Amino acid sequence: MSTSSSSPVSAGLASPPLDVERIRADFPFLATGVAYLDSANTSQRPLPVLAAMDAYHTQFNANIHRGAYKASEQATERYEATRETVRRFLNARSRREIIYTRGTTEGINLVAYSWARRNLLPGDLIVLTIMEHHSNLVPWQLVAEATGARIEYVDIDEGGELRQDQYRALLQQEPKLVAFSQVSNTLGTINPYREMTAAAKAVGAVVLIDGAQGAPHLGVDVQATGCDFYAFSGHKICGPTGAGILYGRRELLEAMPPFMGGGDMIKTVSTTGTTYAPLPEKFEAGTQAIAQVIGLGTAIDYVSEIGLGAIHEHEQQLTEYALEAMSEIDGLRLFGPPAQRRSGVISFDLAGVHPHDVATILDRHGVAVRAGHNCTQPLMRRLDVPAVARASFYLYTTRDEVDRLLVALRDAQRIFA
Amino acid sequence: MVDDQFYREYILDHYKNPRNFGRLEQPDVSHEELNPLCGDVIGMDFRLAEGKIEDVRFHGRGCAISQASASLLTERLKGMPLEEARKISKEEVLEELGIEISPARIKCALLSLKVLKVGAYGLAEGEFEEDEDDS
Repeated sequence: MSTSSSSPVSAGLASPPLDVERIRADFPFLATGVAYLDSANTSQRPLPVLAAMDAYHTQFNANIHRGAYKASEQATERYEATRETVRRFLNARSRREIIYTRGTTEGINLVAYSWARRNLLPGDLIVLTIMEHHSNLVPWQLVAEATGARIEYVDIDEGGELRQDQYRALLQQEPKLVAFSQVSNTLGTINPYREMTAAAKAVGAVVLIDGAQGAPHLGVDVQATGCDFYAFSGHKICGPTGAGILYGRRELLEAMPPFMGGGDMIKTVSTTGTTYAPLPEKFEAGTQAIAQVIGLGTAIDYVSEIGLGAIHEHEQQLTEYALEAMSEIDGLRLFGPPAQRRSGVISFDLAGVHPHDVATILDRHGVAVRAGHNCTQPLMRRLDVPAVARASFYLYTTRDEVDRLLVALRDAQRIFA
Repeated sequence: MVDDQFYREYILDHYKNPRNFGRLEQPDVSHEELNPLCGDVIGMDFRLAEGKIEDVRFHGRGCAISQASASLLTERLKGMPLEEARKISKEEVLEELGIEISPARIKCALLSLKVLKVGAYGLAEGEFEEDEDDS
């Protein structure tokens, strides 16, 4: 299976290594000494992001698109600047295709409500995958319930990669919608999203990519990929919580009704009806998370300046190192594909020690990992485990922190021996 | 190295050798509850006689905290009058565990008590949750 061509950062050009110590100095949380291995859950935020939000609050705190005074103009300018930053980051054609949301979940729900409920009919097929996060499952189950559409799930193979043969077979049934994650939040699998998108477009499906785990580590070129929708969250890419992005192809967005009604999304309102604002405001009702959107723009600038290629390479080296060392621990079961085809995410099960107990012991060693079903219950059932523990890496993660994880895991084994 | 204070010997003992683990044939009451945090399930079977819990077994898989808590609870329940079992409080269960439970793990520690309260008394799930928030 060819997966390498999907990744815009694995073009074979070696990036200069990250100056991790310099990067770490930008992240105040890391000074707590905690080995933070939960970035797939939420990332830490660097000083420039905090400063950008602080500047808004202290220097030009005002609402946007309304006030005819300087602070409001400045706030509007900074808020809208993020849109151009995101447009460039995704290589979208137009800033009108960039919709601010609270995060990936809201972006997917927007599509589920405004597009899917209008366009799907009883019996229509939605193709999802067994590795999806609940945020890319539940909205479609609600859609299926409301429209009578049916859902099929692409399975994984034993290595934790999507069964492309099964995917192609499902495409033969001409689904109306295909939705899948760029990167699995539990397995770390980097899906061949470009090939999968091209194949789905070839049979006329609308394609949504959940970029929650992809955007922060690989990025995406939405034009080259050819997807119709791409959703991601700010808080996993060094930005704050409460701000995320939905990219949508303009033709589709233009034809869709608003998701929420309210202020800022209208052109005119009378007692008999309303005309809507043009894109993107049509989808941005009410006062937005202004500071957070400004912070998100700064975060994307921050990450882009360091370079996603270098970040990805750093994560892969750590992942390779960690996978090898963890495979030497007796009774430790690793999930997911080899390092070359995965992001910096390692889910595992330690024989005889429940993931929650693993996480508690690790916590007492100052190592922060996620434990639980990772909002992927169907995948847990598929893997036949109630839960897993998950360590995940980002640009600031060090080999030393991985070593601390290894020591703590051996201690967990000792305690439960 | 650091955890002997938390995962004490008797907690691990109850985890590895759970008391009253398994199923009862033809129980009078049988009930399961899910810990939504991790997907762990604990179920209990009860045989009742003359207003007492004559026998009890628990089943399901989970972390050391939820398993030890269930094991300790069943030990205590055997032969106990229903009226008394009804009054077992969350505080008592936590005290019996004898370790400091973080907020993140409190649902693990109280899962078996929830099975008892919701199952044996038909207490609505919401009632227990609400109750839980008060503690």
